[in-house]
Amino acid sequence: MLFNGLHLIKTIQFDQIRNLGNPVQMARVYNSRNVDELIFIDMKATEEDRPPAYEIIKDIIAECFMPLTVGGGIHSIEVIHRLLKIGADKVCINSEAINNPAFVTAAAKKFGSQCIVISIDVKQVRKDHYVFKSRGRENTNITVIEWVKQVEKLGAGEIFLTSIDKDGTMDGYDLDLIKKVSSTVSVPVIACGGAGKVQDIIDAVKLGGADAISLASIFHYGGHTPNSIKQRMYNAGIPVRFIDKNQI
Amino acid sequence: MTTSFKKVVIIDYQMGNVASVIKAFEKLGAKIKLSRNKNDIEKAEYLVLPGVGAFGDGMKNLKQFGIIDVLSRQVKKGVPFLGICLGMQLLAERGYEFGECKGLGWIKGKVIKLKSPTVPHIGWNDVKVTKNKKILSNLPDNNFYFIHSYFLKPNNKSIIAATCKHGHEFTAAIEQGNIWGTQFHPEKSQSSGLKVLDNFLNYHA
Repeated sequence: MLFNGLHLIKTIQFDQIRNLGNPVQMARVYNSRNVDELIFIDMKATEEDRPPAYEIIKDIIAECFMPLTVGGGIHSIEVIHRLLKIGADKVCINSEAINNPAFVTAAAKKFGSQCIVISIDVKQVRKDHYVFKSRGRENTNITVIEWVKQVEKLGAGEIFLTSIDKDGTMDGYDLDLIKKVSSTVSVPVIACGGAGKVQDIIDAVKLGGADAISLASIFHYGGHTPNSIKQRMYNAGIPVRFIDKNQI
Repeated sequence: MTTSFKKVVIIDYQMGNVASVIKAFEKLGAKIKLSRNKNDIEKAEYLVLPGVGAFGDGMKNLKQFGIIDVLSRQVKKGVPFLGICLGMQLLAERGYEFGECKGLGWIKGKVIKLKSPTVPHIGWNDVKVTKNKKILSNLPDNNFYFIHSYFLKPNNKSIIAATCKHGHEFTAAIEQGNIWGTQFHPEKSQSSGLKVLDNFLNYHA
């Protein structure tokens, strides 16, 4: 769930923002559909230099009996402390990891690696994949391989890997990117960006080696439900969590 | 979900995510108090030790707040006690996270690191119910949410209610009389998780 401070939104290649309404209502729908985990990212918090939207996050948590990861505007131990206190399970750090790598280690030491997800936005430039910051506007000139090795050493517990090129396009994952990253690190890799059909998701896991899949457009525009996707993944031989039949 | 107004004290020892544990018990209709006050602990009908974080820090905080004795007394008296994640690990005699550290010792055994290519173990997994225990009775499914790097290895295998596999088999849930524990997070495990908490609240039933 991508948030801009006011609404839930969806982007295409980090651009062409569309408003999708109220995040709390959406969280309620996702909870009733028994998704495995929710990721809530406030993409404007850092840019607008404001703290996470604690009140809205609290309302979302009240709707969820599943793990919640919160990202956007996480620059200090105090912010993480406050988010965990209101019921978040993990935090997702992006800019601050690039600007101040020592922060990742400090956060992992304080809250445990399992709590620290590092979000990485990647674009292909010529033949290589580079890490971009400021919502895809600025190339850090660090290759994704260098960066994932480093964040793993710094204490990241998971990597949330977004392909900017594929974001919102619904034309398949950047399998090359996922493969590169998942074969480089031993922490779980969550692949994000590009899922348009169920086969894309199956490919990201089976060919790319992703440990988890993050989905948005395919639910918003694709006519799929978490359950219909999991059924197809299961049929393809991927272990998935099945859900309480009484709640479908 | 039939429980009403049972007095549950969730131990506040400043280790991680308690908001979700409170919310889950409230959903089941229990009366919750988050506290580290000795009087509250003495009056509790049910005790819950949640926790996310390192073994040594958890023990240090329990000691610092001076509540180990009162907790031990209550457990000996037979008050149902549920340890979640780190809260279960602390029941062991010893832990090995960042060096050896003494635990509460109510469960004979130790807490050691998972031996798997991917640690921490994060995600949903099916558990294998190994013993017909109250803690996991009448589950809608066996799927629970895990997030941990260490696990409890009890000496007495018969207290293990369920195991899970991540690289190798490890303890997912235990039940030793009134002392219950889950390595997974029932408060994050949708309907199956709520059922575990409901079973706990129906300990006397």
